[in-house]
Amino acid sequence: MPRYLLKRLAAILPTIFFVTVIIFGLQQLLPGDAAAILAGENQDPTVIAYLRQKMHLDEPLPMRYAYWIAGVAHGDLGESLRIQEPVLGLILQKLPVTLELASLAMLVALAIGVPAGIVSAVGKDTVWDYAANLFALWGLSTPNFWLGILMILLFSVQLGWLPASGYVSPLEDLKANLAAMVMPAFVLGNAIAAVLMRHTRSAMLQVLNADYVRTARAKGLDERTVVLKHALRNALTPIITLGALEFGTLLSGAVLTEQVFSIPGFGKLIVDAVFNRDYAVVQGVVLFTSTVYIVLNLLADLAYFVVNPRLRG
Amino acid sequence: MNKMLWSGLVLTSLASLAGAQTLRIGLAEDPDILDPSLARSFVGRIVFASLCDKLVDIDEKLNIVPQLATSWQWASDNKSLTMKLRPGVTFHDGEKFDAAAVKFNIDRHKNLPGSNRRGELLPVTSVDVVDDLTARINLSAPFSPLLTVLADRAGMMVSPKAAQANPANFGTKPVCSGPFKFVERIAQDRIVLERYPNYWNKSEIHFDKVTFQPIVDSTVRLANLRAGQLDLIERVAPSDVAGIKADKKLSISRITELGYQGITINTGKSDLAQKNPLGRDPRVREAFELSLDRAGIVKVAMDGEAEVGNQWVPPGNAFYARNVPIPKRDVARAKALLKEAGVSNPTFTLMTPTTSDAQRVAQVVQAMAKEAGFDVKIQATEFATSLNLADKGQFDAYVLAWSGRADPDGNLFSFYGCKQPLNYSGECRPQWDDLLNRSRTTLDTPGRIKAFATLAAETVRERPIIYLYHRNWLYAASNKLTGLRPIPDGLVRVQGLKM
Repeated sequence: MPRYLLKRLAAILPTIFFVTVIIFGLQQLLPGDAAAILAGENQDPTVIAYLRQKMHLDEPLPMRYAYWIAGVAHGDLGESLRIQEPVLGLILQKLPVTLELASLAMLVALAIGVPAGIVSAVGKDTVWDYAANLFALWGLSTPNFWLGILMILLFSVQLGWLPASGYVSPLEDLKANLAAMVMPAFVLGNAIAAVLMRHTRSAMLQVLNADYVRTARAKGLDERTVVLKHALRNALTPIITLGALEFGTLLSGAVLTEQVFSIPGFGKLIVDAVFNRDYAVVQGVVLFTSTVYIVLNLLADLAYFVVNPRLRG
Repeated sequence: MNKMLWSGLVLTSLASLAGAQTLRIGLAEDPDILDPSLARSFVGRIVFASLCDKLVDIDEKLNIVPQLATSWQWASDNKSLTMKLRPGVTFHDGEKFDAAAVKFNIDRHKNLPGSNRRGELLPVTSVDVVDDLTARINLSAPFSPLLTVLADRAGMMVSPKAAQANPANFGTKPVCSGPFKFVERIAQDRIVLERYPNYWNKSEIHFDKVTFQPIVDSTVRLANLRAGQLDLIERVAPSDVAGIKADKKLSISRITELGYQGITINTGKSDLAQKNPLGRDPRVREAFELSLDRAGIVKVAMDGEAEVGNQWVPPGNAFYARNVPIPKRDVARAKALLKEAGVSNPTFTLMTPTTSDAQRVAQVVQAMAKEAGFDVKIQATEFATSLNLADKGQFDAYVLAWSGRADPDGNLFSFYGCKQPLNYSGECRPQWDDLLNRSRTTLDTPGRIKAFATLAAETVRERPIIYLYHRNWLYAASNKLTGLRPIPDGLVRVQGLKM
């Protein structure tokens, strides 16, 4: 276990270094002139020249990379040229928002996806199975923004139960915070619930046919214990991996949901930054998200140990 | 019964007192930096209108009206403007507003690295502090657009003390002298301002707080208004107007913008101009214009929420050149012109930003021009990329909108002046530069109208830009909100707004 852990940890640094190179390289492929777009509609040549110099755009690529990475190494991710705020500050401001949204969405996804997957596996080819599959198909094929807008029209405009959009910090007002988060969390969690349901179903089906499950049944255990204690525990391994991966996706993939519900999170931050060519923000956010992604994967690997004793040896 | 009625009345009036304290405005975008010198976006100007007073303002009819300056006088040689300043005005940090502050601000606009106001104030050479409440702005040459420039960001005054104390990040905590002072900004979420108790015109201010919330999607912006979470939204989608009119709880207001939607044609920006019949031959451009039915474009692409036009200012503007009226659609004449030019089936690419109205315009234009024999290929391009391609001259024609300035000069100089930054067509003609400069140095309106009329007659022969229409600024508000006064610059004046 410690050796495995060390090996995994040692792989992180080179991975992150590789990621920085890719982020920086990919950003160069963004078309257009960042200084020109940041200069605004007047397109004053003096302003463009000033911004170009400030962003080191006239210097060779390796030099620009060096400026950035030196800052990153010191914990300085640069400053948003669009609004003059430090990138790290923006990230720390937006991160809790997206983390909350992603966590609530994951909760929604787990609460719907895993039970639906179990029901559909246990009741294979019954009406329950078909209903769960129909739900999964619906969840996967419903566009986020469409569902979001429909929910706003129903629950905010027609019924007036929930706020239409916006964000309130839970420290300010927990009730208002949850009220604002219900719809976005459902919209975001909905698609992932469908993925989780499909995976839980297939993992459960595989496990339910395994010898040890037959043995458990032969021992005379009741079906509830067999399914929830024996089968589900083994079926969970791939679901944890998937959950971790999907959580990473949620962090960066909440873009549309955040846009529709005007939630000032990571997704909105990066979309605006890309369209405004606010390079420091794009680089900072992508680096941050990839690092989180890498760490989550590590945590998922560690979680295998907890659920799968065979790996502990 | 009587008692109940009274307590009901008291309760409702209490409720309206308590509830009417914050004005919540929904914006179509997240503003950029809130520093008047560095600011570059239209949407930021909406916030500034509540935050930073200007030397002068414009009214509905584009007259210059006093704000921080109460009166002004041009020198006999028109090379300086002396402004009398309003007494008793203070900045949000309590500092006094005076002629020294005006000098500081104009100098800052001109010299701050990255300032977007430098170009707007280029003819300004210096500012003299005549006395405490009199400032004289000196110019290198007469400059007629000066007052309208001072009615925008270049005329906004910030507290010199605060600007000097925080030179690097002033825009994160701006200190001005407007009706509301800055409280906080959470990027992409909200900007909060609170009433400045010592505002010089405080009797016109009826709110304690203003919040601005950027909500990009117009449907969601409207849903927030309908759900009662916003009181006012700007840039309503034209397609939503009918629904708002039918809603008894909402009201809609509109005014024609200062800007325009047009098609810029590469007539000399790069070699590409000569490779395409549209860029090469003015007759082909005339045929293209004649193939378009502007009223039809406005009806289809804008649900009728725009005014057709063929110049840099709308037909109702005092400076509109009446010698160049809007041409009627004439497909037969367009075909004849193409025949005369010897091109039967001209093909060109129409570069279009990915905004939905620009795309709709492109599609309607494509269909209309087809009837005259044009083969228009639409190339939808993300805005930053399209700007870059336009700047390099890598386009045939480009659907480009301009947010507009109160003086025609702001819609013209940068677009037609030789080598000017927004001259994407690449037309470079000394006689146009002469006319542009003449319109700048002439201060009397009839003289300027004449210069613009000559320029319009010149440019319509070459058609580097084909103007299509001027959009309506559309606002929707809760009908409890009164006193909304749309101004052609599209900004929301909080003075007089009431719940």
